Amino acid sequence: MSDQANEPHWKRDFPIQRTEATKVSRRDFARFLCLVSGGLATGSAYVAVKANFFPQEEVKGEHFVCKAAGVPLGGTRSFVIEGSSIPYILIHLEDGSWRAYEQKCTHLSCAVYYKPGSGQIVCPCHEGFFDAMTGEVLAGPPPRPLPALEVVMRGEDVYVRAGSEGLANNETHV
Amino acid sequence: MEVTAYKTNMEFFVDMQRCIGCRACEMACAECETNGQESMIHVNYVERAVTIQTTVQVCMHCDDPVCAQVCPADAITKDEFGVVHSANTARCIGCSNCVMACPFGVPIKEEKYDMMMKCNMCYDRTSAGKKPMCATVCPSQALFYGTRQEISRMRPNSTPVNTFLFGKQEVTTKVNIMMPKGSTHLKIH
Repeated sequence: MSDQANEPHWKRDFPIQRTEATKVSRRDFARFLCLVSGGLATGSAYVAVKANFFPQEEVKGEHFVCKAAGVPLGGTRSFVIEGSSIPYILIHLEDGSWRAYEQKCTHLSCAVYYKPGSGQIVCPCHEGFFDAMTGEVLAGPPPRPLPALEVVMRGEDVYVRAGSEGLANNETHV
Repeated sequence: MEVTAYKTNMEFFVDMQRCIGCRACEMACAECETNGQESMIHVNYVERAVTIQTTVQVCMHCDDPVCAQVCPADAITKDEFGVVHSANTARCIGCSNCVMACPFGVPIKEEKYDMMMKCNMCYDRTSAGKKPMCATVCPSQALFYGTRQEISRMRPNSTPVNTFLFGKQEVTTKVNIMMPKGSTHLKIH
């Protein structure tokens, strides 16, 4: 081929010679290594800083979700609290109690769903199971229980408010 | 890197004058399952109205393969032995750029596969130390695969030439053609 200087970049990126295509120089490998490890370090630093210095905003006040009649026994309803983008799931358990959880699996943030009749919340991505009564992890990779909201019944209306830390077994009837 | 038994001292020599047009090479090539039983070698009549002379065209395996240069899908590659391989089936998009670019008219687009197919010097045979099928069946030895010593002993009055002039463009190839003794290049036009 003609001299290297006049060669367009893509010709070097897509060489005709098989040996060139498969060869990785020590320098290129070192560059790649630096890029990947640098990216990982930056990403971890970002996550650490965000978790420690910018904690998630607490849910303030009470929020109306729906009418109690709108969710049958064993039924669910997903909702979002105004001013936030976190998806929640409201569950009307078979024993008549109400529960509200974040709909994000604590493993990798897949959307979880309630499996009617089983009393379990399932994450289909990696087979994670949570107890629908408490939000505790029953099986699978999730490291923490599902964050819960407290459900408040005001007559026929279902409201949620920030739950006491980690526990979901609060259901207040007013 | 893959380990092969490719014999680097062996070369391909084509002597067009010895071609008798028997098409044994085409038949032999088409027996191969690697090319989907299509012949990758082509026998052509020079001027059928006036002569029975035929020529035979294998891939010349250019040092700077223009087919690979024009391939937008990076489907044609050249290995460390100088063999220019046929289109990578996973990459070829059937655009026919190579068909139009090749100065020897070697690549052919097989419409039924929507893919280009060309001679890869029987890579499955040569990489195992065997000779290309066409060269083993040619009865007149118009196609010969062997060492330079062998060909110079067999054809003392011919010289292998691998430089072709297409106008101002010089093309050098891995495959040689036999020319009268002392020739250095073949001027096409």
